[in-house]
Amino acid sequence: MKKNDNNALRKKSLSIKASRRISNAIIYVLLVAITIVWLFPFVGILLESFKTETKMQTAYLFPKEFGFDHYVRLFKETDFLKWFINTAIMGVATSVLQTVFILSMSYVLSRLRFKGRKGLMNFMLILGMFPGFLTMILIYKVFSDVGLTMQMAPLGLIIVYCASSGMGYYVSKGFFDTIPKSLDEAARVDGATRFQVFYKVIMPLSKPIVIYTILMGFMAPWGDFMLASYLIHENSQGMSVAVGMFEWLSRTNLNTYYTMFCAAGVIVAIPVVAVFLALQKYYVEGVTGGAVKG
Amino acid sequence: MKRLNDLEYLKLNKFQAFWYNLLMFICAIPVWFKNVGLGIWRFIKSCGITVKNEVLDIGTTFAKGNWAVKLSFFLLGFGNLYYGQVMRGIMFLAFELIFFAYMFVPSGGLYWLGKCNWFVKGATVGTVQGGFEYDPIYDTDVWVAGDDSVKVLLYALLTVIFIVAFVVTWRMQVKQCRICMDIRAKGKKIKSGKDDLKSLLDDQFHKTLLALPLTGIIAFTILPIIFMVLIAFTSYDAAHDGYSNLFSWVGFEHFNEIFDFGGGGLGLTFGEILAWTLMWAFFATFTNYFLGMFVAIMINKKGIKIKKFWRTVLVMTIAIPQFVSLLYVSKLFDSSGLIGRVLGQIPFISNYLTTNHFISLWDSPIVAKILLIVINIWVGIPYIMLMATGILMNIPQDLYESAKIDGASSTQQFTKITLPYMLFVTGPYLLTSFVGNLNNFNVIYLLSGGNPIKGTAGGASVGHTDLLITWLFKMTLGSTESKYYLASIVGILIFLVVAVLSLIVYNVIPSTKNEEDYK
Repeated sequence: MKKNDNNALRKKSLSIKASRRISNAIIYVLLVAITIVWLFPFVGILLESFKTETKMQTAYLFPKEFGFDHYVRLFKETDFLKWFINTAIMGVATSVLQTVFILSMSYVLSRLRFKGRKGLMNFMLILGMFPGFLTMILIYKVFSDVGLTMQMAPLGLIIVYCASSGMGYYVSKGFFDTIPKSLDEAARVDGATRFQVFYKVIMPLSKPIVIYTILMGFMAPWGDFMLASYLIHENSQGMSVAVGMFEWLSRTNLNTYYTMFCAAGVIVAIPVVAVFLALQKYYVEGVTGGAVKG
Repeated sequence: MKRLNDLEYLKLNKFQAFWYNLLMFICAIPVWFKNVGLGIWRFIKSCGITVKNEVLDIGTTFAKGNWAVKLSFFLLGFGNLYYGQVMRGIMFLAFELIFFAYMFVPSGGLYWLGKCNWFVKGATVGTVQGGFEYDPIYDTDVWVAGDDSVKVLLYALLTVIFIVAFVVTWRMQVKQCRICMDIRAKGKKIKSGKDDLKSLLDDQFHKTLLALPLTGIIAFTILPIIFMVLIAFTSYDAAHDGYSNLFSWVGFEHFNEIFDFGGGGLGLTFGEILAWTLMWAFFATFTNYFLGMFVAIMINKKGIKIKKFWRTVLVMTIAIPQFVSLLYVSKLFDSSGLIGRVLGQIPFISNYLTTNHFISLWDSPIVAKILLIVINIWVGIPYIMLMATGILMNIPQDLYESAKIDGASSTQQFTKITLPYMLFVTGPYLLTSFVGNLNNFNVIYLLSGGNPIKGTAGGASVGHTDLLITWLFKMTLGSTESKYYLASIVGILIFLVVAVLSLIVYNVIPSTKNEEDYK
């Protein structure tokens, strides 16, 4: 009887193990499938950018002749370098300015208590419900009078990206909310001013969120199409990579520029992915920490 | 309907419980409306009380105040100067001087206010229409510029804001006089300019930090939005661009146009676009949410190796600028693209395409919509995966252990522990993500561009996959048909949709209520 029980138990544990093994195997298959699907476009872009035999879309993926022709053409025949520099400048400037705006806003709303704080937050919540693009009609009109559109669009865009960025305070406010209040109070008791608390106590603790905000600011101009295309207005000198490369894939340009688009895509992706992967840790912290607490 | 207590509720079977919950929900709707109504009434009442108190306070200040305080009702800052706050006094005085100078100089504030013809139906914004006049020197017609309606409206709006700022400053100054009076009466020391500066880094530190971001928001969000709301009541379009032709006030005429479901109106088009926008936001949000959570659970399962690798693969999609990957993917599914060609060879699909005379998958409204939702899963899963990973790690492990001991299966563990916890924590996120998808310009515009086209409305081509936001964008692209007033109306309607949704969700979801809970 006893022996039988033991046997049954062993069989059961074996079957549990087996079923776990099967479920793990299924998961591995799914994960490999996901990996293939998710990496396919990137590998595709990379491979197509080396196809020297054609400028068009083809029915096959692997190049018949490897070469850097499209990369060379990119810098010789088009304004791509100009667009790239424009976007890089915008990225750096936006990351610095946005960080200042967002951090001061979120710090105030998270850690300081003053009259009208709740009201201000509600007001910004309501304001955020308007589509941001709506503001561009007036901004375009004013900027074109002042001369901040067309080839000066990068400067105008930096202003547009940064000026209202205070409204995106949610993630970093969520971060500041998690720092214990007792730290501030202890410092205040010791005679620190609010500025000193901010500068000497909280800021040193806030490295992850500062880096997260910088990262987001740097990536914004690379990904934005809507605002940029509106201010740039098809002026090649003022284009960002997104707006410039969008034109390459229009029906009329597709067959001349397709492979060049892929080459440019690779070049654009390299700095952004490099920065991103290097700072990935902070990004993950920002998304998982701040986003849900909003 | 009678509310059951916990014991009675637990006695109900599943069907009864569902029925009970449904009834309770329906019963709660009138109460909800009542509460909203009461809230508005209370708000109006409190506004009335505030105004009354303010007026009373101003009155007593004037009655009690000495000559300096009385004088500073007309010459701002005089009270501050009298009480020794030189810096504040000078600033107030300077502000007043600038204000009156701006208002009364030629082509200053009053000039613009007068030109604007506020809301007078049929009247133009601006009074002088530009036109061609014969110029004897050049012996030809030359353009003589008149008013620019946009400029007139903008300056008039700025003037109104300036007036409001002046009134607020005036009130602030009167209040300060009152405070100074009280402090002097108690025999205490009044703050000097040096104290003011110091407090900007201490008690008033929020003012220092807020100055820059708030200025930005006022100038680049609030002002343009008020301006665009005003535009909804005008006839601002490509033909009446304000410069070559003045535009005029039309009242609610254009709102009627968009809600007109007859032949000439835009009601039908608008309804269709709105329906697809809501449908898109719904599917885009929830497919991503559940599939992303599923992937996160898979990666985090015990016994799965190289977790970091799987995660990094997904995170790559976030890192690469969207326009690169989305434009590339969009072309992949085109008729000449790799996947498009492969799919085109499947008989079922190729038959469907040829019988409908579609060239590529993007030409079919239904297929395009499905493709968008599927590709959006590719875009969105990594974000949810990252977030869900963080949350999953936060779920206390002892919950699972005790569940296991009680004999709960892994499905039960998921539906009874993981899912409720996730939903509770990510409630607000779901809302923001839904709203984000309502306005998800990038995915739609870069993938399908709103195509296939079904017609024109509002001076722009409208496609089957256009969202309200992409329609708005197309309306303003500066073609000869652009209708800016319609863009502004669509913008206002987007706002209304989002506001109503948020109001409902905020009232339903528990986790949005207490901000301090997380501390």
